[in-house]
Amino acid sequence: MNIPYVVEERPDSGLTNGKLGVWLFLASEVMLFGALFSTYIILRTGAVEWPHGELNVWLGMANTFILIGSSVTMVMAWASLKMHDFGKHRLYLTLTFVLAAVFLVNKYFEYSDHLSRGEGPWHSTFLAIYYTLTGLHGLHIIGGMIVMAYLLGPGAALYKKNPDQFTNRVENTGLYWHFVDLVWIFLFPVLYLL
Amino acid sequence: MDQHVTASAREHGAHTVDVRHAHAVDVHEHAHAELGFWRKYVFSQDHKVIGIQYAITGLLFLLFGFGLMMVMRWQLAYPGKPIPLIGNWLGQDRAPMGIMLPEFYNQLGAMHGTIMVFLGVVPLAVGGFGNFVMPLQIGAPDMAFPKINMMSYWVYFLGGVTMLVSFFQRGGAAQSGWTSYPPLADIAPGQTLWLVGMVFLITSSLLGSINFIVTIVQLRAKGLSYMRLPFFVWAQFVTSFLLLLAFPPLEAAGVLQLMDRLAGTSFFLPSGLVVSGKVLPVAGQGNPLMWQHLFWFLAHPEVYVLILPAMGIVSEIIANNTRKPLWGYKALVYSVVFLGFMSFIVWAHHMFMTGMGTTMSAFFQTTTMIISIPSVVILTALLLSLWGASIRFNGPMMFALAFLPMFAIGGLTGLPLGLAPPDIHLHDTYYVIGHFHYVVAPGTIFALFAGVYYWFPKATGRRMNELLAHLHFWGSFVCINLVFFPMFIEGLAGMNRRMYDGGAQYAHNAGVVHWNVVQGYASWGLGLFQIFFIINFFMSMRRGAPVGRNPWDATTLEWSAPSPPGHGNFEAEPVVYRGPYEYSVPGAQKDFTPQFEPEDGKRR
Repeated sequence: MNIPYVVEERPDSGLTNGKLGVWLFLASEVMLFGALFSTYIILRTGAVEWPHGELNVWLGMANTFILIGSSVTMVMAWASLKMHDFGKHRLYLTLTFVLAAVFLVNKYFEYSDHLSRGEGPWHSTFLAIYYTLTGLHGLHIIGGMIVMAYLLGPGAALYKKNPDQFTNRVENTGLYWHFVDLVWIFLFPVLYLL
Repeated sequence: MDQHVTASAREHGAHTVDVRHAHAVDVHEHAHAELGFWRKYVFSQDHKVIGIQYAITGLLFLLFGFGLMMVMRWQLAYPGKPIPLIGNWLGQDRAPMGIMLPEFYNQLGAMHGTIMVFLGVVPLAVGGFGNFVMPLQIGAPDMAFPKINMMSYWVYFLGGVTMLVSFFQRGGAAQSGWTSYPPLADIAPGQTLWLVGMVFLITSSLLGSINFIVTIVQLRAKGLSYMRLPFFVWAQFVTSFLLLLAFPPLEAAGVLQLMDRLAGTSFFLPSGLVVSGKVLPVAGQGNPLMWQHLFWFLAHPEVYVLILPAMGIVSEIIANNTRKPLWGYKALVYSVVFLGFMSFIVWAHHMFMTGMGTTMSAFFQTTTMIISIPSVVILTALLLSLWGASIRFNGPMMFALAFLPMFAIGGLTGLPLGLAPPDIHLHDTYYVIGHFHYVVAPGTIFALFAGVYYWFPKATGRRMNELLAHLHFWGSFVCINLVFFPMFIEGLAGMNRRMYDGGAQYAHNAGVVHWNVVQGYASWGLGLFQIFFIINFFMSMRRGAPVGRNPWDATTLEWSAPSPPGHGNFEAEPVVYRGPYEYSVPGAQKDFTPQFEPEDGKRR
């Protein structure tokens, strides 16, 4: 038994199953983060005082550029596959993975700096929503890294058997990765600057 | 175009005959022989097996959740008297000397709601019927992502186990109601495991809904355009969007409540909250009302998740047993899409009592009145479908017919609750309980029973016993109305919900409190009548009358597959030639013209 439209697109929808699935997943993710951003707005508008300048803007800005850069390398990883350059694909995908790891290392320094001063999520409502939003975003980064590790490791074997399907997988991973990037682009000004 | 399709279908027809002979020995036996017991029945990726797993687990949870209610009904009918039969087995921290503790009553109440909604009805209606029937009705070989399908069942299963285990932790299960309003839910025992269980259930629903939508968009058979889809598929399609987009906010709310409980945050805890005479040592500045907004943003669409698949099932059965096309198919489709959209902007009608302001109330009253229009359109279309038909009163049809007045009572009693002035009087009384139980119990659950009787032959190749089905129906119908109708009387008299003693402590309930005894006996009677269903279910699996592909003379695609269908469902790729409900077509030789039958009337 074969499920149709795994590799080729269905003519009337113009999509493969996987791509539609990822888009739907992202729609639900928008609702998830949308609910949390709404929570932020309600908490902030209802607060008597809201702390400013608690976070290290430079570290946050560095992380913003790191994630934007990782989105670029992610596209390059997919584009290289489209141009049938498997070696370059692996290079760019590894680079994306490394950038994601650097992002997490920065995040670790930020977290540990706060925690060393006893400023955990219990400390204030601002820090509570900060840890929740960035923590959930961090989990999404880790999720993306697991998928990339799979595509670099055992998942790479698919390229020999079915290069088109492998390319689709990389593209779908990229869609997810751009979303994770986009969430951070909202998180950075909301938490660090405003 | 039509000619082209017909010609290719004839080729299919010729092709099918060969395959069909080979099928019994070759295709299916071969495919099944490769899989061992575990891969075939337990960790199966076949949508039909997963559907049956969902359905049976869902039915068991429905029985368990109903069991909790039967125990509660004893306490309501005879407050403070030892529970007979099982009282001594419940343990000292739940019912010392067999007398139920208030804490345990609260646990039963919270878990009854949670289990019936999230572990019973939704898994059966969406996971069970959706999984089993939908791919067959659209002519797909399986779901678009079979592995994710398997995963969503097992994640649901884990969620169910978590909820069950939570009864045995110290302090017992969650006891803040199925709605889990903070601040109580933030500090009450048992809530953490409830939240963990909910995260599992939400994840399962998300995986399932993505799978359903992709399957319906991508895997429809040749010729099956959107306006030729059976109404059941439309209902599942809209339901999946509701699950996809409404559940994430509850997941967010669950994460926030978990943070409140585990990380000491105070998202839902206001400053200076006093508990047992002491100020709670938290940062404060939280907003308890925010939980209600996030919760009802899910839970109102969830109401339509409970009702839309039921409407889908009932539509299929009514069309089949009236031997007529559904009245107003297009109106039904547009209504269900509009209903799905509107269900996202009515949630705060659950919150008129919170003091959120008249502007908000006015907005949500208006949207609530608007959303009642498509519901009424759907119900009216189904009712008009009965007009002038020579109805076959078989087991599934009895339940489907009963759905119409029951859902009507449930829906119409909801109108006063959707308007703030009467809602302020009726809020948190038994009237509300009566209203939503009429929608979900004699409404949705009757439709689900109808679905079990209707598709049982497809799943097992055998028919269920008609006599037992009618006994099950009439007994359930009488008892369930005796349980729920008195709730309107009690509620209008002002009897509050969630009262440990059934409201006996208040003088204003004196005139209605005796109904609790009637409701008690009716609920235990309802339990007894389910035995007919259980016996019928297991007996018919082995001894039921064997059936062919199309025992109900139905028109939709699932009836062109063998009963039960093998792995991959159809022997040859199905082709669809017409709309879903071509019954009693003038000039046709028989009173049904299936979707899969080519134009010249030749059976493929």
